[in-house]
Amino acid sequence: MSQQMQPDSHTAKVSLRETYGKTLVELGKQDKNIIVLDADLSPSTMTCFFAQEFPDRFFDCGLAEQNMISIAAGLAASGKTVFASTFAVFAACRCFDQVRICLSQTGLNVKVVATHGGITVGEDGLSHQAIEDLSLYCALPGFTVIVPADARETAEAVKAAASTRGPFYIRLSRIKAPIIYPEGYAFTVGKAITLREGNDVSIVATGIMVFKALEAAEALAEHGINCRVLDIHTIKPLDEETVAKAAAETGAIVVAEEHLAQGGLGSRVAQVLARTKPVPVEFVNLGDRYALSGKADELLQEYGLTARDIEKAAKIVVKRK
Amino acid sequence: METSAQKVNQFDLFVPQLEQMSKRLRRHVINMIATASSGHPGGSLSAADIVTALYFKILKHDPHNPQWEERDRFILSKGHAAPILYAALAECGYFPIEELATFRKLGSRLQGHTDRTFTPGVEMSAGSLGMGLSCAIGFALCARLDSRKYKTYVLLGDGECDEGQVWEAALSASQFKLDNLVAIVDYNQIQLSGRTQDIMCLDPFAKKWQAFGWHTVEIDGHDFDQIISALQEVKAIKGKPSVIIARTIKGKGVSFMENNVAFHGKPPSPEETDKALKELE
Repeated sequence: MSQQMQPDSHTAKVSLRETYGKTLVELGKQDKNIIVLDADLSPSTMTCFFAQEFPDRFFDCGLAEQNMISIAAGLAASGKTVFASTFAVFAACRCFDQVRICLSQTGLNVKVVATHGGITVGEDGLSHQAIEDLSLYCALPGFTVIVPADARETAEAVKAAASTRGPFYIRLSRIKAPIIYPEGYAFTVGKAITLREGNDVSIVATGIMVFKALEAAEALAEHGINCRVLDIHTIKPLDEETVAKAAAETGAIVVAEEHLAQGGLGSRVAQVLARTKPVPVEFVNLGDRYALSGKADELLQEYGLTARDIEKAAKIVVKRK
Repeated sequence: METSAQKVNQFDLFVPQLEQMSKRLRRHVINMIATASSGHPGGSLSAADIVTALYFKILKHDPHNPQWEERDRFILSKGHAAPILYAALAECGYFPIEELATFRKLGSRLQGHTDRTFTPGVEMSAGSLGMGLSCAIGFALCARLDSRKYKTYVLLGDGECDEGQVWEAALSASQFKLDNLVAIVDYNQIQLSGRTQDIMCLDPFAKKWQAFGWHTVEIDGHDFDQIISALQEVKAIKGKPSVIIARTIKGKGVSFMENNVAFHGKPPSPEETDKALKELE
């Protein structure tokens, strides 16, 4: 699927978390089997909407993420479709063993939907910035890992998770994101979306970096560099075919993600390319370091996660062709 | 299609028969661990009478229909005691008794620690300690949501109670007023590297559970009358979860394993195996 997208700086920004909360309510109305758990963060993860609508099917597990994940497993083993939410940093780091033993290997039907992913959680600083979550969840056999790029993709991803058996990890941002997709666009788990066609270089991005990739592509077009832009909403399983095709047809790749250098989308793309179509690759990510407190936009600037950074990386990688 | 046998425990053994059965299960445990040259005899033997009482007296379950929706759920949270659970499941008829000889061997359905994806009758995977009580909460909540009458039982080790997650779960089971949930602690007072008293003292153990809002019963975990009456008694408790603290002896039934820290996770030698099996005749 290819949808020629023009980024527009006036595009409305919509909260992914609120969309998640509202989508859960919608799903809850259709399916009584859906249970939602949270760990004392429901006003932030927005599972509070579901809690208000369906108090009998919502359980606050308190500040106890390990407990929450194992409770989710027990419910799923009894046939329920369980959404368990907390901040991404806690979902990844506080209950990894529970996720591994209770969800990953068992393949139970639990959807870990984590908000406040990446460094754009902002002022709260390192303890709340999830920058290794994609690496950890991608390491788990059986898990599907999704990072939506906008609110509409969030709704589609959450609905797809509800209707697909097995464990999912969905990472959402705290900050609002510009709308990229039209309503009712075609979303398929594991299928990358080509947002812009081009043959000089491909920008492969996920989450909030997708919109920045489109902005970068626009700027690069003015310099005569035609970028292909791929939205890799599903990091695992990765759409290897589309990535390899982009490498073959454009001869250079830039990977952009709000994550550490190791273990996230960049590592996964590099692994695919090494096997299928080795081409020059540049990486736009946080590197190998923790970030500081600050406003989301300041942090993106400080740590090299802007459209301008993608643009620079694209120019470098094109020269390496 | 509910048969009358499913309304109560379909074996419903009397105490002398339970005593015979627990001996059989203990022999299986020794044979399995000796054959595998690996496994955890101490905690399997301490839990033997509790597991026997559950499977052959208390639990409503159907070995021919492991997924029967009204079945009582049993979760072995101390997953290293897998041999005693496998022995009980095999004797009940969940799988052939001969299969016990494959324990811990490559390709076996009987993994080193319990695994729900392989073994009929195993409700939840375990092995990394401290998770089972939380999983049991999930089963118990589901029973309430679906208006089902089944009870959820979970067996924990006392050493396992060092894990913080146990107390997270203890708080929440109480918060959720799960009177359809029964935890049993195999209180053998020995953990891998020593006595619980020296490694991480749990005293006052019953008071801790009480303080967390649990109905608490203390029994001798090798006395079938006490085990059965405690398991019956707690069924009537309303508005809160129950815990049965079963005082047991690690390695119970094999003289040289009893109260012996060394046999937490060590298989018996061929000579020790013969001796153990003789004692369990």
